[in-house]
Amino acid sequence: MNDDIKNPAAPPTEAVLEVRGVRRAFKRPHGEPLVVLESVNLNLHKGEIIGLLGRSGSGKSTLLRIVAGLIRASEGEVIYRGQPLHGAAEGISMVFQSFALFPWLTVLQNVEAGLEAQGVPADEMRELALRAIDLIGLDGFANAYPRELSGGMRQRVGFARALVVNPSILLMDEPFSALDVLTAETLRTDFLDLWIENKLPIQAVLLVTHNIEEAVFMCDRILVFSANPGRVVAEIKVPFKHPRNRLDPRFRQLVDDIYSRMTVRAATGKATVLSIGERLPEVSTNLMAGLIETLASETYKGRADMPALAQALALEVDELFPLAESLQMLGYAELESGDVHLTPLGQQFALADTQVRKIGFAKQMLTRIPLAAHIKNVLDERPGHRAPAVRFLSELEDYLSDSAAEQTLSAVTMWGRYAELFIYDDAAEAFSLDMPEAETT
Amino acid sequence: MDSRTGAGDPKITLSELARAPAAVRRIVAHPYLAVRGIARGNLPSPWDIVAFALLIGTLVLVSFGTSQFGAPLSALEKNPVDLSPWALPYYALRTTLRMGAAMILSLVFSIGYAALAAKSKRAERVLIPILDILQSVPILGFLTFTYTFFLGLFPGRVLGAELASVFVIFTSQAWNMTFSVYQSLRTLPPDLSEACTSLRFSPLQRFRRLELPFAMPGLIWNMMMSMSGGWFFVVAAEALTVGNQTITLPGVGSYVATAIADKNLGAIGWAILAMLIVILLYDQLLFRPLIAWGEKFRADNEPGQVEPESWVLRMLQRSRYTALIWKPVDAAINRILRPRRAAVASAESPLQLPPWTPLAVDIAWYGLVILSAAYGGWIAVRYISHALGLGEVGHVVLFGMITMLRVILLVAMASLIWVPIGVAIGLRPRLAAMAQPVAQFLAAFPANLLFPVAVFLIVSFHLHPDIWLSPLMIFGTQWYILFNVVAGASVFPHDLRDAADNLHLRGWLWWKRAIIPGILPYYVTGAMTAAGGCWNASIVSEWVTWGQTHLQAHGLGAYIQQATTDGDYPRLVLGVGVMSLFVVTFNRVLWRPLYRSAERLAGVEE
Repeated sequence: MNDDIKNPAAPPTEAVLEVRGVRRAFKRPHGEPLVVLESVNLNLHKGEIIGLLGRSGSGKSTLLRIVAGLIRASEGEVIYRGQPLHGAAEGISMVFQSFALFPWLTVLQNVEAGLEAQGVPADEMRELALRAIDLIGLDGFANAYPRELSGGMRQRVGFARALVVNPSILLMDEPFSALDVLTAETLRTDFLDLWIENKLPIQAVLLVTHNIEEAVFMCDRILVFSANPGRVVAEIKVPFKHPRNRLDPRFRQLVDDIYSRMTVRAATGKATVLSIGERLPEVSTNLMAGLIETLASETYKGRADMPALAQALALEVDELFPLAESLQMLGYAELESGDVHLTPLGQQFALADTQVRKIGFAKQMLTRIPLAAHIKNVLDERPGHRAPAVRFLSELEDYLSDSAAEQTLSAVTMWGRYAELFIYDDAAEAFSLDMPEAETT
Repeated sequence: MDSRTGAGDPKITLSELARAPAAVRRIVAHPYLAVRGIARGNLPSPWDIVAFALLIGTLVLVSFGTSQFGAPLSALEKNPVDLSPWALPYYALRTTLRMGAAMILSLVFSIGYAALAAKSKRAERVLIPILDILQSVPILGFLTFTYTFFLGLFPGRVLGAELASVFVIFTSQAWNMTFSVYQSLRTLPPDLSEACTSLRFSPLQRFRRLELPFAMPGLIWNMMMSMSGGWFFVVAAEALTVGNQTITLPGVGSYVATAIADKNLGAIGWAILAMLIVILLYDQLLFRPLIAWGEKFRADNEPGQVEPESWVLRMLQRSRYTALIWKPVDAAINRILRPRRAAVASAESPLQLPPWTPLAVDIAWYGLVILSAAYGGWIAVRYISHALGLGEVGHVVLFGMITMLRVILLVAMASLIWVPIGVAIGLRPRLAAMAQPVAQFLAAFPANLLFPVAVFLIVSFHLHPDIWLSPLMIFGTQWYILFNVVAGASVFPHDLRDAADNLHLRGWLWWKRAIIPGILPYYVTGAMTAAGGCWNASIVSEWVTWGQTHLQAHGLGAYIQQATTDGDYPRLVLGVGVMSLFVVTFNRVLWRPLYRSAERLAGVEE
C-alpha cells in the first residue's frame, strides 16, 4: 500500500523519441482513402515504459512498425536523435510476438545476427552475444536450435537479440501473448527486474498489448486506441511503483476503469443504425451461444463484470470484446461501463432449443445486420437465386480495408449459414438459396 | 456396400473432418501447382501470349541464324564408342560429370531468375509466364536448335557439343527448381522478414540468413526431382543425328545408341546395370545427405515426423576433418559478407527522382517487351507460313490430338494400376518406407535405355507400332504417380482412417469419401509430372530404331523427330510450338484447377 511514495513516472525531462502527427492511409481506386491510423502525437521520455493498448485493427501495431522503420507514415514524422526517421534506425530494436527467430540458426547465431549487420568483428561479436545470453538467463542453451526450446526460452532469445545491439529504445509487439500464463508472468517480472535495476542499456520502451492487466502491470503511461480509424482515445498515467501487486484494490480499480473506457465507444454505438459497410467481428456462433448461456447461468444471472469475465473464461481483450460486441450488434446483450448484460432476447435465446434459436438468430440478422439483409435481398431478387461472393466483397471494399472486408464477409457467411439464411458454396465462391441436392449413391 | 440404409445414414464427408488437423505436406507439391497468383484464373492472360510470342520468335531467330552455319558441323572429330563393358565406368563418369555441370548451372539460374521475378513486379510480369511456357516446352524437340547453335559457336570442336548437351540437361532441370525458389521467396515468413529489416541486414545478409535457407528444403527436393528427370535427357542428348550429321559424345547414352545400331542386346544389359549403379551412388552420396541436411531449414518443425536420415551425412557430421575443412570456409564467407563499419555508418540517402519516374519506367519497359513480342510473333508467323502454309498447321494439330489421346489414355491406365497399389502400400508404413526409395529410383532410371528391348519384342512378334509403342511413353514417368500416391496415403491422418472404419465406410464409398479426397493433391502432382514426361517422351518413343529396323507411330512426337532427322527447321519450329501449346493448355485447363479443388477438398488450402 505504499505505492505513491516513489513515483517512477516522475516529471519527465527528456524526449528520446517524438511522434508528430503520424497518419497512415491507403489510396483506393474509388472512394476515399482508407485511414488506418489517424494523426498520433506521442513523446517517449527517458525511463518510461509506454503501453499501446487497443483491439486488433486499432492501429497500435501500425504505429509500432512506423517507429521501427518497417513501414512508412503517410503523413507526419518520427523524430529520433533530433532527426526524422528513415527506415530502421540504429539504436531502436524490436521484440516480436512470434519471436521471429531464424529456425536454422542456433541461439548464439541468432543473437549474433543482431550484430552482424553492424560489421562487428567476429571475436567481439561472440563476446557481446555471450554476455547478452548470460544477462537474459540463457546460458547453457547457446548451442541449441530454437525448435529445441520452449516458448518462453525462445522469447528470451528474442530479447537477447534485441538487447545485444545496445539499443536506446526497445519496441515490443505483444511479446508475451504467444506464451502460456505462467511463462508470460515470469518473463514479465524478469524483464522488469532488469529494467528497474538499470541493467539494460535501453532508455525507453514502447509496448504493444491487448492485455489490460499487462499494460497496468508494466507501463508508466498507457495510450488507449480505438479502431476504424485507429486513434488515441485516452492517455492514462499509471501511478504505481514497481513491483506492482495485481491484487491491490487500486490496481484492480484502474483495470476496471480502463475496461469501461474501452466499452464506451461500443456503448454509444448501440443506438445508431449499422451501415452495410460495418465491420463484423469474425466470431463463431458457437462462441456466441456459449457466452449467452454462461451469462444466463446461475453464476452471473444475466450480468457480468468484463474483467472478471475475461479472467474466468481465460479470454483476452482481443477475444472477449469482439464476442461481446457481436452479441450487442445482434441485440442479445448490452455493454456499458465495463459490464455486459443480457437483453430479454438474450435470455430467451438461452432457454430456447436449437431450431428456435436459429429462427430468432435469422430474424435478428435480417433486422440488425444490413449486410445480411442486403445479401438476402439480392438472392431473393435474382432469378437463379444465386450471387457470387466477389460481388459483395467489392461492395464492402468501398468501406473497409481488403482484409477487413474479407473478414466481414466471412463472418456474415458463418452467421448466415448458422441461421440458414442462405447457402454458401466454397468451391464456386457463391451464395445461393437452394439447399444442396440429395446425393445419388 | 451401401451404408445409406436407415437412420445411421452417414452424411458427413470425411474431408470436412480433415479440416481440423491440417495435413502436413511432407512431399512438396510440384512447384508449378503450388505457385499462387500467376494468374488469378486459369484462362490465358495477355502476358502468356506475350511470353509465347517472345519464345517462339527467339526460336525462329536461332534456327534462322544457325541454319546459315551449315558446313562446319561435319568437321567434328569422331570417337568410335567401345562396346566392351570395361569401357562403361569411364562413360558413366563422363555422363555423371555432364549431369553435375548442368545441375550447377541450373542452381545458379534458378536462384537468379527467381530472385529477379520475386523482387521486381515488372520482371515478374514477363518472367513467370515465360517460365510457365518454358517448362511445358518439349526439351527433346529443342535438341537440334541447341546443337546447331553451340556447334556454330565452336565450329568443329567437341566443346560445342559438350556445352550443347549440358545445356539440354539444364533445360530439363531448371524450371521446376526456379518455380520452387520463386514460390519460397514469395512466401517468406513476414515476421522473419521484418526481423531482417529491423536488424538492418544488407540485401546479401538477408539472402544468406533468410531467403536462401528458407528456399532450401524445396530447392533440394526439386533438385532431386530434376536430377531424376535429367538422366532421361542426358541419355537422349549424347547421341544425336541432325540432318546428315551424327554427334556422339562419350557417355552411357552414346554407348546405348551404338549398341542399338549394332543390335547388341548384351551391351544394352551392361549399360542398364551401369546406370543403376550410378543412380544409386548419386542417391546415397549426394541426395540422401542433402535431404537430411536440408531438414534443419524447415521453418515448421513438426514433431513426430520421421526425420530423413543419411549414413553419409552422419559420418560427415561426426568426423573431425569435416569441421576442419568447413570452419575456414564459413569464416571466409562471413568475412566477405560482413559490411565494413564505415560503410554501415554512412547510411545511403534516398535518391531524389521526379514523381513520374515509375510511370516512365513502366512505359519504357512494357513498351519494349510488347514490341519484342509483336516482332517475335510476326517473324514466327511469316517464317512458318512462308515455308509450310496453313494446311501444314492443321496437319500438325491433328498429330497433336493423336498424341494427346495417347497421353490421356496412358495416364488414365497408369492411374488405374498405380493408385490402388500406391494406396495399399502407403497405408502400411513399413512397406511404404521400403517401397518409396524404389519408386523414386525407378522414376530416375532413364526409360529410354529400355526402349531397345521393347522394340526388339515388337519387331519379333510383329506388333502394331501405333498401339505397342505407346506404353513406352509412360514407362519412365508412371512412377511419379506411384510415389506421390504412396506419399499421400502415408500421411493420411490416422484419426480419419479410424473415423472411416467407425462409420463402416467400405468399398467404393471408402474410396470416394475417405481416401481419394485425402490423396488427391498428391495424385494430381504425380499425374501432372507423369503427363508432362509423357509429352516429352513421345518424341523419342513414337519413333524408334533397332539396327536397320525402324518403327514409327502416328503423332506429334514422331513428327518432331522426323523433322529433326531431316534437318527441317520450319517443321521443327512448328512442331515444338504446337506441342508447347498443347502442354500449356493441358496444365491450365486440367491440372491447375484440379489441384486447386483437390487442395480445397483435402482441407489444406492456404
